[in-house]
Amino acid sequence: MREVTYAQAGLEAVAEEMRADSRIFYMSTDPTMSLVNEFGEKRVRATPIAEAALTGIAIGAAGAGYRPIMDWRQVTFSFVAMDQIVNQAAKIHYMFGGQRTFPILYRANVGGGTQLAAQHCQCPYSMFMNLSGLKMFLPSTPYDLKGLLKTAIRDNNPVISFESNRLLTSKGLVPEEDYAIPLGVADIKRKGSDVTVVAVAWLVHESLAAAEELAKSGVSVEVLDETSLVPLDAEAIRASVRKTGRLVVADEAGPTAGLSAEVAAVVTEDPSTFAKLKAPVRRVCALNVPIPYSPALENYVFPDRSRIIAGIREVLDGTRPVAA
Amino acid sequence: MNLSPDTQCEMLRQMLTIRRFEERASADYHAGKIYGVVHCYIGEEAVAVGVCSALETGDQIISTHRGHGHCIAKGADLNRMMAELYGRQTGYCKGKGGSMHIADFGIGMLGANGIVGGGISIVTGAGLAAQMDGKERVAVSFFGDGASNAGPFHECLNIAATWKLPMIYVCENNMYAAQTAAAVTHAMPDVAARAAGYGIPGIVVDGNDIFAVYQAAARAVSRARAGEGPTLIECKTYRWRAHTERIGQPDFRTPEEIEAWKAKDPIARLAGQLIAEGSMTDASLKSLDDNVQTCIAASVAFAEASPFPAPEQALDDMYAA
Repeated sequence: MREVTYAQAGLEAVAEEMRADSRIFYMSTDPTMSLVNEFGEKRVRATPIAEAALTGIAIGAAGAGYRPIMDWRQVTFSFVAMDQIVNQAAKIHYMFGGQRTFPILYRANVGGGTQLAAQHCQCPYSMFMNLSGLKMFLPSTPYDLKGLLKTAIRDNNPVISFESNRLLTSKGLVPEEDYAIPLGVADIKRKGSDVTVVAVAWLVHESLAAAEELAKSGVSVEVLDETSLVPLDAEAIRASVRKTGRLVVADEAGPTAGLSAEVAAVVTEDPSTFAKLKAPVRRVCALNVPIPYSPALENYVFPDRSRIIAGIREVLDGTRPVAA
Repeated sequence: MNLSPDTQCEMLRQMLTIRRFEERASADYHAGKIYGVVHCYIGEEAVAVGVCSALETGDQIISTHRGHGHCIAKGADLNRMMAELYGRQTGYCKGKGGSMHIADFGIGMLGANGIVGGGISIVTGAGLAAQMDGKERVAVSFFGDGASNAGPFHECLNIAATWKLPMIYVCENNMYAAQTAAAVTHAMPDVAARAAGYGIPGIVVDGNDIFAVYQAAARAVSRARAGEGPTLIECKTYRWRAHTERIGQPDFRTPEEIEAWKAKDPIARLAGQLIAEGSMTDASLKSLDDNVQTCIAASVAFAEASPFPAPEQALDDMYAA
């Protein structure tokens, strides 16, 4: 295996799938030149800045037998296409009684750490999770990104690939040979027995660092990477929590009606998992404000390893006595 | 224009079918047999039939919330349409869509759409697919004057013009976006004039003259098949009924205006021409209408005889395999 960056892993997934299937084409307001050079400007289209139209064009082309990839770049730009996402892409298969398949990949960068301020540092995936009819994921490593992108491109439904701004230049091992990672399967990135931390994207790495730190004082932390947002791997989360009895959820998004709330709910609404809980669930999320620009402010708003450690300590200290 | 008398009679039959279908749908809606909402196309039939008469089977169209006319003109099955309105298992969308969401991808009808302007980008994607296939198929976007003020209309015209997509954009200007007059929302009276901004032909036609609509559409189709790009056709027309069939729906239009447009009935106009030319007689017109009414009655019988979906079928078709 060799090391490649997160961004390069994404590019490799797209290029390899495009070589394998001539029905795939790519649309972006600013496409990567290596893709344009290899596949030509008909299959890798430099588009006008018209995300609403292009998001819908992808739907129409998919219904006609193509497998479009629409790169929104920053998730921010998807918001001008909300009709096409919410009213059309998410519903068209169901609403028309399953008459056609709509294989579409939408790509969007999310998350902070880049000092791009309120509009370009967002984590709005729970808005999309709330829609019925879309699949989506948010990987933390180059390996996961490539494998999930391959699955998404081969899927016959609209899928959103959320990709972490903070991780674009991070490196990881990625095999040369073809592989795919199924959607809906969480990945335990570190085994532990005292507390489960469910995290996504950059906070997986912060959680691993927190686990390493806490191991020095004898605390065993399990880090579960919930790479797939829809479908969520509820059973993997529950199984881990049944084992450890404690749950911390770390998310770069705000807590309100977010991924972290969903994770907490799938744990607490399941009787056998709830029965194993030794402490209240603790969420470690961004503060509920638009993301500010100055690093002094931005770093305060986003959670990091120190807040994850504090959250873990809290659930360990808050452990309730086992009922007699 | 070389339309045989038989073709012209077929166009009349399709327009009559749209009208009789909607008269029945409206009546059954008010009788509580059809749910939600119904938007009637009555008065605008020459647009859908005129345009679709210029298309081949493999060409694709997309519709609006006022979609029955486009479905019928593209060749949709009346039984499955009526069953969908009745919310039955045998409907086009198995009861999941209703009047506002009838689609038949098999005949190139990519769906009615509840969002004004919502279909324009989707059908432009079908046009892109047609271009990439290289088989000279074309795609048609039907939309209203209201949608022409929404962003995707402008985005799509620019993209289709830039990429020379085989598109025909058909604006059905019935002068009102729901209750709001186009006169108070449009900077220019002619939507077609906006085509100049995208460097494509923009044509205004009398939308109640089926031959004028057909001719404009046929020219636009030829242009699109030849790879010369999109055309914007604005059909000036009028809906006779209120925006929707909902009880208590206000209609601020004057009776004089409505009556003046009823006097320009596109069906009576074509029937009158066919009779004057000897292609049809009063008796054959009556016979044609009776035949259409029989088909509508049969579609209602089919719908009424069809079962409702099982409740748990609400969970079907979430994702494709």
